[in-house]
Amino acid sequence: MSFFDYFKSKKNPSASVAKERLQIIVAHERGQRDQPDYLPQLQQELLAVIRKYVEIDDDMIQVELDRNENCSVLELNVTLPEH
Amino acid sequence: MAKIIVVTSGKGGVGKTTTSASISTGLARRGHKTVVIDFDVGLRNLDLIMNCERRVVYDFVNVIQGEATLNQALIRDKRVNTLYILPASQTREKEALTREGVEKIINELSETFDYIVCDSPAGIEHGALMALYYADEAVVVTNPEVSSVRDSDRILGILQSKSRRAELGQDPVKEHLLLTRYNPQRVERGEMLSVMDVEEILAIPLLGVIPESQIVLNSSNQGIPVILEDDSDAGQAYEDAVARLLGEEREHRFMTAQKKGFFSRMFKG
Repeated sequence: MSFFDYFKSKKNPSASVAKERLQIIVAHERGQRDQPDYLPQLQQELLAVIRKYVEIDDDMIQVELDRNENCSVLELNVTLPEH
Repeated sequence: MAKIIVVTSGKGGVGKTTTSASISTGLARRGHKTVVIDFDVGLRNLDLIMNCERRVVYDFVNVIQGEATLNQALIRDKRVNTLYILPASQTREKEALTREGVEKIINELSETFDYIVCDSPAGIEHGALMALYYADEAVVVTNPEVSSVRDSDRILGILQSKSRRAELGQDPVKEHLLLTRYNPQRVERGEMLSVMDVEEILAIPLLGVIPESQIVLNSSNQGIPVILEDDSDAGQAYEDAVARLLGEEREHRFMTAQKKGFFSRMFKG
């Protein structure tokens, strides 16, 4: 810190930005960690089928697999355009 | 039976080899017969950090392929006589490290050594997977910086799914966080993630915090493991980490900034 920096404001909150970004990306990647490898492909194919009927964007579809003791649930979330 | 410890991180340049050298030296200095293996085939560097680069005759891959015996390849450290180094090959393909070949050597070393320290290459490719596969414990070396923390989390996921312990459904690999290049001044100014931040994100027990220090470059220049610099903060921090690895309770040090006087604040950084 030089002579002039001493008089300037000292707080630089970049560490808290880093922490927040990390918490989000790490949680997201942990969620994907246990997912089977075929999910991205499945998502692309589902998207193609839906597009035969309705035009939607790539990010309007979410595919997740919830694994429980006895059965697994494939959760498909598609947001359709308004009209 | 030896205990197998992998030093890993995902990201490169965070201090894996520095840490492997210091932890293995620290274990050996306490009387445990220790071998440190360089898994970075093609980019051998542990030999330089340990100052035995001119004594390498045979390497890890030579032993796997039956071209040399373990005794021919192991290099005995000149400072600590219970410490041995198994250097990586400089020329071969990484695929030369087969799972069966690595297992055979680890089993053979297990018979006579107390600790086997595996210095992992960066990345999550074959060499890194081989280094962590047989581990009982993992030291995850992390810098307080976004890409390093994210990669450490990735490596933790791999330890939990692709290690031998995971595949056989045994007790999981015991994970330790080692935070390196820590700068308490920058943390206090809010410019760097704190120990607490990183612990909270990675959610694994803290083994130690190594302060950022000139001595690390200095000692690597000379081929001296940092832990042998007993008077330095980084050397003492490594010594504490080794003690904790062996189950001793030690309070964490070097985590807060030294208070500077008015004049030193005005005239230097």
